[in-house]
Amino acid sequence: MAPAPTSTSSAVTLHVNGEKYPLSVDHRTTLLDALRERLDLTGTKKGCDQGQCGACTVLIDGRRAVACLQLAVAAEGREITTVEGLAEGERLHPVQQAFLDLDGYQCGYCTPGQICSAVAVIEEHAAGWPSAVTGDVRPEAGVPPLTAEEIRERMSGNLCRCGAYVNIVEAVARAAGARAARTGGSAA
Amino acid sequence: MREFAYQRAHDTAGAVALLGADPQARFLGGGTNLVDLMKTGVERPARLVDVRALPLDRIEPTRDGGLRIGATVTNGDLAAHPEVRRRYPALAQAVLAGASGQLRNMATVGGNLLQRTRCGYFTDVTQPCNKRVPGSGCPAIEGEHHNHAILGASGHCVAVHPSDMGVALAAFDAVVTYETADGPGELPLADLYLPVGDTPHLETALPAGALITGVTLPPAPVAAVSRYRKVRERASYAFAIGSVAAALDVRDGTVHDVRLALGAVASRPWRARAAERALRGAPADAGTFAAAADAELAAAEPLPHNGYKVTLMRNLVVAVLTELAEEAAR
Repeated sequence: MAPAPTSTSSAVTLHVNGEKYPLSVDHRTTLLDALRERLDLTGTKKGCDQGQCGACTVLIDGRRAVACLQLAVAAEGREITTVEGLAEGERLHPVQQAFLDLDGYQCGYCTPGQICSAVAVIEEHAAGWPSAVTGDVRPEAGVPPLTAEEIRERMSGNLCRCGAYVNIVEAVARAAGARAARTGGSAA
Repeated sequence: MREFAYQRAHDTAGAVALLGADPQARFLGGGTNLVDLMKTGVERPARLVDVRALPLDRIEPTRDGGLRIGATVTNGDLAAHPEVRRRYPALAQAVLAGASGQLRNMATVGGNLLQRTRCGYFTDVTQPCNKRVPGSGCPAIEGEHHNHAILGASGHCVAVHPSDMGVALAAFDAVVTYETADGPGELPLADLYLPVGDTPHLETALPAGALITGVTLPPAPVAAVSRYRKVRERASYAFAIGSVAAALDVRDGTVHDVRLALGAVASRPWRARAAERALRGAPADAGTFAAAADAELAAAEPLPHNGYKVTLMRNLVVAVLTELAEEAAR
């Protein structure tokens, strides 16, 4: 076979918030650094840069993930949604609106990650995913109500050093309830 | 971070060939452990072979009533799958007990099995570590080891395997399948991890260059009544200081069948066979459960600062078996 290529950078096209961004990346570049430093999408925040704080949470193919442990080159071809891509024009995403209405933050640094994570938490719950605090995970037991305990567990990958958790939980619950009302489902 | 080449593999044979062409190459799955270790310099691959796009992302029933789980299935999808939750609820619980929702959506089954220990000396390149630099020493034995091994360790390494998923897989007799340049192979999970001995840097019995392609769970009706319980230093999003995966079948007050495995106590998920022997055929009561835990933990060799784990594991085993016996009686 041909000798293996040794290049340490690649031309990739990142799909972010519905736009295509062609760029050349050093393979060491994380998706987080590509978003912030190359695409000027600075809504996604760098906290710990080691997968422990959740500040860099984005959606990849609709699933929440931490951008600091995702190599940009490995994200080629996948649909990435950042906090900048959640609103529809001037209309905020219901989760964003709930965080505003219920004061789900203090300094705001963890907020983009909290919001992206919450958007996915609500979808995971609507899809029937159990959590570590779900008493009976068997499918016959049905979807657990999205109680404060469930929200706290499901959001545990997003740390808030200001400790705004009380209002964050309320905001997630309100947005989940609004989604359920829209779709005829049940959040609680 | 060292510079590296990157290639995306599209089929299993191609992935194995790409890795085989470069002795300093590593497979990249979700990257939640490998990328982190590359940032700190613990891992310094010259090439990454990305296996996440391989067609190994299915969970399928086997003809005999078990389940076949592909290596690139994410932890998130594994824990959400109805057949996993129905047939092996402790496996779903174990996966849900690990990491965060974000990390579970990235991490893969194959990568979970091959993740490295979180021992603070292993992850700090300024420290000696026999696992990272063979022969350099193990500072944990005299140092910080409150969350280190009490079973199966050696004077060369006392690190624990961090997986929750692996504990449930060990309890349910999972078989790991892999691909090599010479063809496919398989290993019972019980034989995947090598004894620590004086070679803690040699972690698995996989042939060099092998790619894990999946995990097969044999049929286990006993697993329908099963549970995973994890103890950690905060309520969520932390590694275990001790965990138990157990399944119990009680008939007429007697233990008919049982599966038991312990986590965060050894360099591998610890199948508790001595405890299982003490349980089978015995009355399903607190006395039996305690005696079974003691039978397993008789081999424990705690260090000065992790002796609490012996008591913790004894209580955990008794509590989980008691809950399962009550569930079985309902």
